[in-house]
Amino acid sequence: MATPIEPTLRQAQGEAVDLAARFPGKVTAESRPSYSGFMVEKEALLEVATAVRDEFGYDLLAALTAVDYIEQNKMEVVYHLHKTTGGAKLVFKTQAERVDPIEIPSVTGIWAGAEYQEREAYDLFGIRFTGHPDLRRILMWEGFEGYPMRKDWKEAFYEEEIKPYKSRWPEGKHTYAEFKNPFRDNLKFPANFNPDEYKPEGEKDLYSSLERVTTHNEGGMKTDQVVVNLGPHHPSTHGVLRVAVTLEGETVMGLKPVMGYLHRNHDKIGERNTFLQNMPYTDRLDYFNSMSNNFGYAITVEKLMNIPVAERAEYIRVIMAELSRIQNHLIFIGMLINDLGSMYTPSLYAFEERELILDIFEAVAGSRMMCNYFRFGGVVRDVQDDVMQKIKDLVFDRLPVKVDEIERLLSENEILVGRLKGTKVLSAEDAINYSVTGPVLRASGVPYDLRRADPYSIYDRFDFDVAVRHNGDMMDNYLIRFDEIRQSLRILEQALKQIPQGPINSQKPNYQVKVPAGEAYGRIEAPKGELGYYVISNGKQNPYRYHVRPPSFVNLTAIEKMCTGKKIQDFVALLAMLDIVMGELDR
Amino acid sequence: MENEQLSLPNYNIPEDMTDVVAITTLDRLYNWGRRSSVWPLMFGLACCAIEMIAAQAARYDMSRFGMEVMRPTPRQADMMLVSGTVTKKMLPAIIRLYNQMPEPKYVVAMGACASGGGPFKEGYNVVAGIDKFLPVDVYIPGCPPTPQALIAGLIKLQEKIDKDSLKKVRWYQKGKEDPNYVPMPVLGPDLIDMRRSEEFKKAAAVKEGA
Repeated sequence: MATPIEPTLRQAQGEAVDLAARFPGKVTAESRPSYSGFMVEKEALLEVATAVRDEFGYDLLAALTAVDYIEQNKMEVVYHLHKTTGGAKLVFKTQAERVDPIEIPSVTGIWAGAEYQEREAYDLFGIRFTGHPDLRRILMWEGFEGYPMRKDWKEAFYEEEIKPYKSRWPEGKHTYAEFKNPFRDNLKFPANFNPDEYKPEGEKDLYSSLERVTTHNEGGMKTDQVVVNLGPHHPSTHGVLRVAVTLEGETVMGLKPVMGYLHRNHDKIGERNTFLQNMPYTDRLDYFNSMSNNFGYAITVEKLMNIPVAERAEYIRVIMAELSRIQNHLIFIGMLINDLGSMYTPSLYAFEERELILDIFEAVAGSRMMCNYFRFGGVVRDVQDDVMQKIKDLVFDRLPVKVDEIERLLSENEILVGRLKGTKVLSAEDAINYSVTGPVLRASGVPYDLRRADPYSIYDRFDFDVAVRHNGDMMDNYLIRFDEIRQSLRILEQALKQIPQGPINSQKPNYQVKVPAGEAYGRIEAPKGELGYYVISNGKQNPYRYHVRPPSFVNLTAIEKMCTGKKIQDFVALLAMLDIVMGELDR
Repeated sequence: MENEQLSLPNYNIPEDMTDVVAITTLDRLYNWGRRSSVWPLMFGLACCAIEMIAAQAARYDMSRFGMEVMRPTPRQADMMLVSGTVTKKMLPAIIRLYNQMPEPKYVVAMGACASGGGPFKEGYNVVAGIDKFLPVDVYIPGCPPTPQALIAGLIKLQEKIDKDSLKKVRWYQKGKEDPNYVPMPVLGPDLIDMRRSEEFKKAAAVKEGA
């Protein structure tokens, strides 16, 4: 039954651009089996990266991450690049000796979107990016001991490298993790550490990165700029994000987001877990869209395993992902208007429809929010006929009417229009430069949608338009969500008509999948932007490297550019435009 | 006036007066007032916060229990709903909020993470349960708990409030220090719980000798 799928992507991207021929001696084609892309000498990185952007036209830095090859004593940085005009991705890597200080040139000057991703690699791997404008810890706090994603760094509750742990299975004589730790808790202190004499480092670096200026006005009056901290407990920051803003009067002069308040170590736990055990963890990334998260992870591992997906399951996947997009955008609209000051009423309309979609998720997966529904090769349960009927009722009858109703109630409201129209979010050039993806990019006039630009699953079978708007202001960012809901409904209508009967998984149900060694980067158009998974397998039952490229995190890189020079009230709305979710922002 | 909660049983009030007259004790009146107006802190940590919002929306409607008035400031809140994974980086902020809440105050641990670390317990930035720092009144299991489960947990809290007595409640006792004050933890090489600093010092010293 298992006819291997064509390794189209892997071959196509090797042929698309031959960096090795362009830079002989500095770039070599990847030689490791089942790896793709090019290896760039560290010294030539900036030269090659500039050429990749200017000569070859790869203008969007999709993902930047590090891998710790401890056995080869190398630290590697991986760059994934796209063209916003569509087509296959380009991958190149660079390596440094794994001896501190590990130094690699920063590419923030070429793609500004690298800023936070490089900071994350510095925070978790300890790679110093030379030339980075603001290299500080990003997810952990200043003063935290060690670089946690390194392979030789063990967490306080460390038991074994690989799950399932021997203490749990097969005998199952498990004792509390607290009893094994010398500090009787999830803690790890250096030897001879004395808490009483410890002086916390504080946040000098954060505040020194925000300039404070005193200006002397005419008439001898002094004006100070003030630094205000919004969050981590603040109703408008959509969770536990903190933003330090420098204000002059009401004008934002500069700001720095502080994140990591929900950093729950997704990558580290993911490398201990088996491949299948990661599936429920992906639910908890963007907790509005567990179906989309499952989707991205499933297609990544399927790429590694080189297995086909059952035909009916492909349709079920698309149906669930698009339903998820609809409820995400409805919530976005409700929450945006909440943030603008119209508390509760519009979001109640949004939640009403969301509940109906969650009912469907609950019926198929057993859980409202954390669906854990996808499996490698298909989905876990079939959609029963009565549930299918419910989906049809919703898609054909209810949602189109309700979306029109919500739009009619809100979109022409004078206060809303006055507030949103004309406030620029991002220009197309800035959006691409800062690696912004998803609705925000499309509202700036770039018709870049992965469902069209690099179709995955069965999106090439459906007739739909890429929603795009050209003003790049807040009103466009708001309206494009309605456009996308309507396009999703179009896809859903086609999928519901075409869905065939048949098996829902091409594989036998298996708790321990065999994943051949290699690397894969899978990406989908999640409701918030490009959701990418970078997974490396070394043939064991758990991934060697598991990295999530969350859209919220990378989109947030542009927040400083978006808000500088605007009013503090607009900051709240602009932050809402990015549609961040802390679960995937901090992971 | 909901007389079944307010009036003492075994007192016969004429039927035409049940809407206007209640015979009750001071304790019962006090508890009835408090249980019907528990104001939660508007405070969401992670996934569970979304279910908390869903519980407030029209379908589940927490306001039926007098709990819809979410207060963004801790000074006006009665209850802290710890809705999600507590991380070490976030913990000082949570403790500060808790210490700023006036008595009487309650803590509800919503979901597996807040109750004991949940699926993220082994994470290096995760506090394995908020009860290591704050006194928790009600634990709600689930990942995330459904809005029904959340409401069931809040009804449990109401039952707890019903058992209070004006004479005994700690916030009217004179001359006693606030027993719920939690010293701020410090973010060092790892999270330092200042109440346990001696213990940590000892354990860190032993570690080198071994």
